[in-house]
Amino acid sequence: MSSVLKIILQRLALGVLTLFIVSVVIFLAVNALPGDFAQSILGQGATPEAIAAIRKDLGLDQPLFTRYLTWLAGMLTGDLGVSFAQMNFQNSMGGGEMETVATQIAPRLYNTLWLAAVTAMIAVPVSIALGVLSALYRNSLFDRATNIFTLSSISSPEFFLAYILILFLAVLNPLLPSLSNIYDELSFAERFQRTLLPALTLTLVVTAHMMRMTRAAIINLLASPYIEMARLKGMSPIRVIVKHALPNALAPIINVIALNLAYLVTGVVVVEVVFVYPGIGQLFVDSVKIRDIPVVQACCLIFASAYVLLNLTADILSIISNPRLRHPK
Amino acid sequence: MSWWLFIIAALAVVSVYAWVFRTGGRAIRPNNPFFRDMPFTVAFGYMLAMFSVFGAIWLYMQDGAVFFRWAVQGFIIFAIAAFAFRQFGRYVGTAGTRKLFRQMPLTASFGILVIIIYAIFAIFAGAIAPYGQEEILGAANVIPGGDPALGGDPLYPLGTDQIGRDILSRLIFGAQNTVGIAFITTCLAFFIGGSLGFLAATLGGWLDQVLSRAVDVLMAIPALIFALLLMTIASVWANELGIPLTFFMVLIIAVIDSTRVFRLARAVGQNIVVMDYIEAAKLRGEGLGYLVFREILPNATAPLLAEFGLRFCFVFLTIASLSFLGVGIQPPLADWGTMVKQLAPFINFAAFAPLAAVTPLLAAGAIALLTVAVNFVVDWMLHKSSGLKE
Repeated sequence: MSSVLKIILQRLALGVLTLFIVSVVIFLAVNALPGDFAQSILGQGATPEAIAAIRKDLGLDQPLFTRYLTWLAGMLTGDLGVSFAQMNFQNSMGGGEMETVATQIAPRLYNTLWLAAVTAMIAVPVSIALGVLSALYRNSLFDRATNIFTLSSISSPEFFLAYILILFLAVLNPLLPSLSNIYDELSFAERFQRTLLPALTLTLVVTAHMMRMTRAAIINLLASPYIEMARLKGMSPIRVIVKHALPNALAPIINVIALNLAYLVTGVVVVEVVFVYPGIGQLFVDSVKIRDIPVVQACCLIFASAYVLLNLTADILSIISNPRLRHPK
Repeated sequence: MSWWLFIIAALAVVSVYAWVFRTGGRAIRPNNPFFRDMPFTVAFGYMLAMFSVFGAIWLYMQDGAVFFRWAVQGFIIFAIAAFAFRQFGRYVGTAGTRKLFRQMPLTASFGILVIIIYAIFAIFAGAIAPYGQEEILGAANVIPGGDPALGGDPLYPLGTDQIGRDILSRLIFGAQNTVGIAFITTCLAFFIGGSLGFLAATLGGWLDQVLSRAVDVLMAIPALIFALLLMTIASVWANELGIPLTFFMVLIIAVIDSTRVFRLARAVGQNIVVMDYIEAAKLRGEGLGYLVFREILPNATAPLLAEFGLRFCFVFLTIASLSFLGVGIQPPLADWGTMVKQLAPFINFAAFAPLAAVTPLLAAGAIALLTVAVNFVVDWMLHKSSGLKE
């Protein structure tokens, strides 16, 4: 047992280290901006006094290392700063409470996680079922048709799939709304209905990968002697696959599911923009367009940590699902 | 909830038909192994496929299903074209290519055909396109189809956009811009990633450690997110220095994607470096450049070529996505991602004027078609080189 624990602790330490280095990279990338923040917040017509005030306010007169530590401490305690747009507004209009980046991001992060959860609920069972079926009927017409279909959907851009779905499910047959306007007062059913179209688009994107990996992992095992044995004792093909092959193929399948969940949290940007879904991806793209550095930085760090954490989970789960590691001789 | 009931009822009907199909088959051909050993699920699958085909034919006959009809027609035309191309390749050309075409599945010949067509359009865009990509013509919002009764104009077969640019010309120039830029970016990514990867594999030691750890860190940030972050910074620099943003985009995406190439090149290179012929070359006193480009590179072409196809797809999709989000290839250059974004509102008219809704889908479809084609070819190449039959 101790060896598993040791490996897991090693992975955890490595994950924390990666996150730390990623935060350095993001911080340094933003500090490679020409000119200085104060100028870009206030625009060309700012007075020198206002610029100096903002510089002092943001701590830009401090050395780089101190600024990084302050920023990192802020990130860890949930203080993500104030967006440039807000600052600019306050500067020209004066007074008022400023909305911090944290209060801007929190509801949107919740929405994005909800979208990812709905997608995962549809995509994971469908892709595993399809993978098992196409491994069962491999090289049949069904297998080839699913292969072509999934290869096509995996290689199409997300917005193409999104617009095709909008065309058929929202415009020609008005079953679902084409804009996912989500807000707090919606009931669960309404919320679900409005999320369904973006979730279906994402399902099309991720199912292909998971299904192909499930199929490959199962087929890899079918040549093993114990599968032969199970067949020879007269088990039906579906039972052979579900009871004997699937549990042993679990490690790669869990891995690819976690990878795709990581993709779901980060790859939602385009889909959110198409459906005007009020998630974190939409906020990120909008901030990129107006160069709102604090928001871009915060979103980037959130995406990167979600990605790193899910990859870490995948690693750890595939270690745990391996009985040879769990019960060392 | 009525359509839930409809689905359940339909499944029940299909199960009944499946049972009839299997029992009937057994009664007519009592000892035929096809029916005798058929599990119920297989019978169900056959019946489901049969009903789907009937349903598709029924849908094709409907008046309202314009888009479905177009999709089916497009599919059939492409299948016939791919088949004809394969037959053509089987009888024309050298013995080597003829043999290649004989073993080729239809999907791969489809892919090669599409890639050739795109290459022709991209290279000769200026000669093929009827108008310039930035040319603003007289009429705006002309519907595609060229039928004056429906709001079209024979001068503009695919119509014009909101400010009166010819969509057909912009689609053709889009092949040049989008595909060309993606191709250059991929080549750059391969040059950076490939040479560094082979170098790391050959030299090993601290250089290998430093490069590998740097790549690990860069790969820990999701590609599209990192590209967007760097594009934000690059857009400020581009303003400052007066260099086009597209140039920065090529560099940024090339660097991000070169990390993936580095991983593969290093892994492949490490397998080659331990070979005896490398040892022999080292003993002959060959230099580092000779080792990397004359000994390792020729032996690593097969996996790198397949990776080139896949990497091209990724780069192409990333550039299209960035342009779609408004931070990629900048107007007035014609580009498919931007076109999709600009023309997207037309989709809402699909119910009344199907032709009007086609234009955004054409641009998006042009992207999808190329990536699907490249993927089909790469799939076939991998299948062929791995020698796997399953």
